[in-house]
Amino acid sequence: MSEALLTIDGVSRHFGGVTALSEVSFAVGAGEVHALIGPNGAGKTTLIHQISGAQRPDAGRIVFAGEDVTALPMHARVQRGMARSWQITNVFNRLTLLDNVVLAVKGRQRDWGSGFRFWKPVDDEQALIDEARGWLTEVGLGGRERTLAGSLAHGEQRQLEVVLALATKPKLLLLDEPMAGTGPEESERMVALIEKLARHVTILLVEHDMDAVFRLADRLSVLVGGRLVCTGSPDEVRAHPEVRRAYLGEEIL
Amino acid sequence: MSGAIYRQSTRRRLLAAGVFALLALLPPVLQAFGQEFYISFAARVLIFALAATSLNFIVGFGGMVAFGHAAFFGAGAYTVAVLMESGVASAAIAWPAAIVVAAVLALGIGFVSLRTRGVYFIMITLAFAQMIYYLAISMKTWGGDDGLSLAVRSTFGPLDLKNDATFYWVTLACLGLCLCLLDRITHARFGRVLQAIRENESRMEGLGYPVLGYKLLCFVIGAAMAGLAGALIANHGQLASPNLLQWTQSGTLLVMVIVGGVGALYGGAVGAVVLLLVEEVLAHYTTHWHAALGLILLLVVFRAPKGIAAWVHGLFARAEKHE
Repeated sequence: MSEALLTIDGVSRHFGGVTALSEVSFAVGAGEVHALIGPNGAGKTTLIHQISGAQRPDAGRIVFAGEDVTALPMHARVQRGMARSWQITNVFNRLTLLDNVVLAVKGRQRDWGSGFRFWKPVDDEQALIDEARGWLTEVGLGGRERTLAGSLAHGEQRQLEVVLALATKPKLLLLDEPMAGTGPEESERMVALIEKLARHVTILLVEHDMDAVFRLADRLSVLVGGRLVCTGSPDEVRAHPEVRRAYLGEEIL
Repeated sequence: MSGAIYRQSTRRRLLAAGVFALLALLPPVLQAFGQEFYISFAARVLIFALAATSLNFIVGFGGMVAFGHAAFFGAGAYTVAVLMESGVASAAIAWPAAIVVAAVLALGIGFVSLRTRGVYFIMITLAFAQMIYYLAISMKTWGGDDGLSLAVRSTFGPLDLKNDATFYWVTLACLGLCLCLLDRITHARFGRVLQAIRENESRMEGLGYPVLGYKLLCFVIGAAMAGLAGALIANHGQLASPNLLQWTQSGTLLVMVIVGGVGALYGGAVGAVVLLLVEEVLAHYTTHWHAALGLILLLVVFRAPKGIAAWVHGLFARAEKHE
């Protein structure tokens, strides 16, 4: 593994009496596609919430790019280069695709004051708009700038979900089930997109589609019942007895 | 495309300027008809228009249904009265002080309350406002239940605020200034970000926007304007009354916003004018005017659910289509 970009160090999280995560530790190397897999209810999305800052862990540390970000709110982590997508599409339904992406580009302008401009009208920000168009073209949504996000087909919404995270120009992209609910053709397009992105950005991918996972991932971590079972290359993970037990009966492994 | 928007907003601004010019002519017209009494009433309407507008910025534009706006309205009034008691009569000091006190109060209340959502936010803002109400009536130095009366109105440079027409014009200027300011803010980047937060808060946080900071600032701006309205209302009746701080006052302002149009720039002002005019007219005939007010509320909810301002806007849009 190359130098770690993200280190998860002994992270635990409880909801009432239920232990969702129990002392999970692993690292995501810079430049790799790292897949996080596990059966339903294993705590994958909960872990993404701890990493992205949507929730705080009860114990443990999240270290990103050499900095302990455990106490930082989500927006501060985004500003440091960590962006996420949501499992359930979370976009601005009543805005056009262009306006959606413009917001993402604007959010990146890291000085805290950029959004606190009270006086200047926004209509003349051509550079922002050009960049946003570029992002949409990049993921194959070019020419749809004026469409309302809410009226997109499900697969296209999944693409928009990814492009919003991407337009913040992250070092680390957290993708929470980007293929959720998509058909085979749309899945194929998403895999191709992630392959393309992987050349520029480190990706932590949560996904149920095992074909996609094993095509994309350089390394994998397996969660079962809130515990980390193993971390390693696809071959190591396939051969691991506990993983085989957890996925018993599923032929993909 | 952008040209059309530009023309449209220019036309809207011209219309607004026209309305303000007409409003400025009101005192001499009323004097000509021997109805000077109504100049003071008109000033009261404008003050409530300002208070409701400031609440509408928080509720309609910021998407935060706050039920404690009376706290900021009343805080502005009490600041002016307390300063007057200690010998500071100048509006140049007392009115900015009223704005600052309301803003600082909102900073504290907002910092705590904005961590909650929906019904909890409504309840916690109400609770804070009631705390301030009970603080005010328990303070003997602030006049307790009777409130604090002002011996005179604030001094305002060469202008004589004791003159009802002058006071009316100053109030109109305050309202106009605040509306211009809000118009600019909502069309600038800050306004767009607020709108997007109203649309999808978690995604904005996920795009790197400090959502809490934006909402808090919106809350503080609205409260500061309510503080100015409070300074004006204390001068108007020469009294800082605990009634201004009571939860029914928050409710009245909220009803004005709903009747006028949640989220419309002039919604609060329109609501204040309609409600106070109806009250004034009906109170001549019956003490049960609240019942009629209820009917009007029902009418608005069913016929113009987005408020009167949006309804009128719709009429204009239809007329323009036919042009």
